[in-house]
Amino acid sequence: MITIDMRRMLRWGMTAGGVMTFTAAVGMLEAFEDRLLIYPVLSLGYLLLLWFVPVAGYQSSNVAVLEGMEAPPRGLHNVIAGAVTGLVGGVVLALFAIVINAFDLRDVFVPFSLKLVGLLTYGLGVPEGLPYAVLAPAALGLVGGLMHLLPASVRRRVILAVEWVVVVALLEQVFSQILRQIRLEVVADRVFTLKALEWWAALAVAALVAAVAERTRGGFGRMRERLFAGDPRQRTRNSAWMAVLVLVFLIIIPQLLGSLLSEVLANVGLFLLMGLGLNIVVGLAGMLDLGYVAFFAVGAYTVGVLTSPLSPRFTLEWSWWAALPVAILTSALAGLLVGTPVIRMRGDYLAIVTLGFGEIVRILFLSDWLSTTFGGAQGVQNIPGIPLGFTEVSGVGPEGVLYFALFFVLLAAWISWSLQESRIGRAWTALREDETVAAAMGINIVRAKLNAFIVGAILAGFAGALFAAKLGSVFPSSFELLVSIIILVVVIVGGMGNIPGVAVGAVVLIGVLGGPNLPGLLAEFAEFKLLIYGALLVFMMLRKPEGLVPSVRRSRELHADELTQDAWLDKSGTLAEAPGGGRGAG
Amino acid sequence: MVMLDIHNLHKSFGGVEALAGVNLHIAQGEIVSVIGPNGAGKTSFFNVVTGFYPPDSGEILFEGESIVGLESSRITEAGIARTFQNVRLFLNMTVLENVMVAQHCRTRAGAFHAILRTPFLRREEAEIRARAEEILSFFGTRLVGYRFDQPALSLSYANRRRLEIARAMASEPKLLLLDEPVAGMNPRETAELTGLIRKLRDERGFTVVIIEHDMRVVRDVSDRVIVLDHGVKIAEGSYDEVSSDEAVIEAYLGRPAEVG
Ligand SMILES: Nc1ncnc2c1ncn2[C@@H]1O[C@H](COP(=O)(O)OP(=O)(O)OP(=O)(O)O)[C@@H](O)[C@H]1O
Ligand SMILES: [Mg+2]
Repeated sequence: MITIDMRRMLRWGMTAGGVMTFTAAVGMLEAFEDRLLIYPVLSLGYLLLLWFVPVAGYQSSNVAVLEGMEAPPRGLHNVIAGAVTGLVGGVVLALFAIVINAFDLRDVFVPFSLKLVGLLTYGLGVPEGLPYAVLAPAALGLVGGLMHLLPASVRRRVILAVEWVVVVALLEQVFSQILRQIRLEVVADRVFTLKALEWWAALAVAALVAAVAERTRGGFGRMRERLFAGDPRQRTRNSAWMAVLVLVFLIIIPQLLGSLLSEVLANVGLFLLMGLGLNIVVGLAGMLDLGYVAFFAVGAYTVGVLTSPLSPRFTLEWSWWAALPVAILTSALAGLLVGTPVIRMRGDYLAIVTLGFGEIVRILFLSDWLSTTFGGAQGVQNIPGIPLGFTEVSGVGPEGVLYFALFFVLLAAWISWSLQESRIGRAWTALREDETVAAAMGINIVRAKLNAFIVGAILAGFAGALFAAKLGSVFPSSFELLVSIIILVVVIVGGMGNIPGVAVGAVVLIGVLGGPNLPGLLAEFAEFKLLIYGALLVFMMLRKPEGLVPSVRRSRELHADELTQDAWLDKSGTLAEAPGGGRGAG
Repeated sequence: MVMLDIHNLHKSFGGVEALAGVNLHIAQGEIVSVIGPNGAGKTSFFNVVTGFYPPDSGEILFEGESIVGLESSRITEAGIARTFQNVRLFLNMTVLENVMVAQHCRTRAGAFHAILRTPFLRREEAEIRARAEEILSFFGTRLVGYRFDQPALSLSYANRRRLEIARAMASEPKLLLLDEPVAGMNPRETAELTGLIRKLRDERGFTVVIIEHDMRVVRDVSDRVIVLDHGVKIAEGSYDEVSSDEAVIEAYLGRPAEVG
């Protein structure tokens, strides 16, 4: 029987209205209306405003079908549900437009301007434009509902095509840069107008993606299955090959990207380095460290003080290479110092105390008391780059920094992996599972935890040393709490406890969105970066808490119930089949 | 030779005296059962011996040396390993990893060897693995083969108990403390494990102390039985002696006044 679930439609409609209103209210619509994505029809502002409506339209009549159950028939009711959902959303948005038109709230909410009213009513103003404000979402909701009528494979392809068009348009910079670098300026100039994809080019991209999807028919999925199913040894070997391929790709890529994008990737490298370190502390040993940035700061300041000719106290002017071991030593020492008192604490207490330590370190660097050594708010300036015989690697040539970061990232990945695959790593895992039992199994808890803290600190110290040489100066303001949090988000979103996961997290968050004070590929979003980070984090926690690329163990942990259930089903299945199984012998 | 020697051990939790002056000893090569009604203090005895809680007073000598106040990891290193009444495996680690990790205090390779993947580390890792597989094969075919790489949480209850014993064995103890190892097993599994407990001593040379409620197991495995009640030892001797002891019967059935 087909019923139209009014409450569900209303709920999704209100959600869509909420998302639209929120996007408009925080100023995203206004901020991005100039940034065209598809010339001349779609701007980023409207995309952000409206993207959720078709999703809600689809979801409002989407019924989860359990395996082996029959899917309810799809038909007109899906379309109606979609349209109604959109309509509800539209009404919410129109009400919002009326409110900001009627009351001047600009003093409190800066984005609530008449310009916003204009944008919400498609330039017609209240009341003339209101029908459009309602009908546009309704139409999009209807489109979402219509998707139910497509066969699943076609639907997937349509969604894929739309996603790709958006990605290409958003990352216009990357694509046109690559086209230019391989001497296809002509194409780049024709396809992109005003940083936006030409409408016909958008259609072409969509068609191309759909065609490729048609040709490969899930071939990638099957390939991945073949590569990563198999027995664990086989899997490790295949992963190693994949790593080599990725490496080759990474070596070529700076040549294709040019300096701006290399800069972005170099930042990714820095954060990845720290992410790998924090992954050991949080992901493997299970200690929530919110003051991780302190070790990054110690590494950076050590290099700054030792190498800069303008260093306030010393004028040692060491080479970066000489300062690096000292930086590693000092950050390890910092790890030991911070670690020793907090090691007995668990969970939340540890988090709070480390957070405090992180702030203490930053404030010490900022303080007048130590300003004769660390320069207070001015920091340490004029830090030279990394001498490499024939050349010097510094922020001026981000390609060099990128290669350097890459090298250290690989080193860090190797260190993490090899520790993970040793008795030390096993001890960390046991520690995370059950500290008391781990101790009873002969693991020295204090030493294991300190190990994790120190290795984590050293990796952050590395990153700091590199950061100092890249930026040429260090200030206390580069080491705020936010950095610790963002590294943590990188680890969580990517997949805690898993090296490739952390890499993906760093690329997605730092590369695409940008780190604290660092631009990403989507530099436009700078102002809204933290908002998006937060939204992403909430989404991940709700939908995919094990991260984008989960570690096997972690997803086991988070889905333990299902696994036990499977095992139970499995067993009862085999018991029933096996002749004479069960308790015949008793 | 006396392996574990305990004098006047006291431990109370708030108002409850879990151990109220326990004196006992365990000789090398013995299998000793500790029995007693619920709440008698049996598990508390294990907890205090393995360093989970410090005793309020009293002396614990293991091979002549006091282990009072040592970290539980040090006590394991000294040669005492245990299992838990409420099985506490590392559920998200695989069967093999559970046994490998318990060899921690018997192996040496540090970060330096791990990062450089030295021959020493490779050899040691191979040994750890081989030893783990060997220990698991002690339980017949139940925990071997494809089971090696399964997470512990996919094991049945009985297999979890077995794995816990394997994990305790892996730390190469001299003294094994098993807390109700057959609880929740069916009669056939119980009989099998009873045989294995004897083999733990006869073939592997462990001295075994076992807390058990199942009297058939107690009868079949024990050289000596120690009865605790309200935190004190009320009887000690062979199974037959103990099972006909007035005080023991009273402890289990309740005092006449309470019954009447
Ligand atoms: N951590 C603790 N905190 C408070 N009280 C405890 C604690 N551990 C044990 N007790 C108390 O000490 C007494 C002895 O408990 P114990 O667990 O040693 O009994 P047991 O002999 O093992 O009983 P059972 O046969 O039920 O396992 C009980 O009254 C118990 O409530
Ligand atoms: Mg008990």
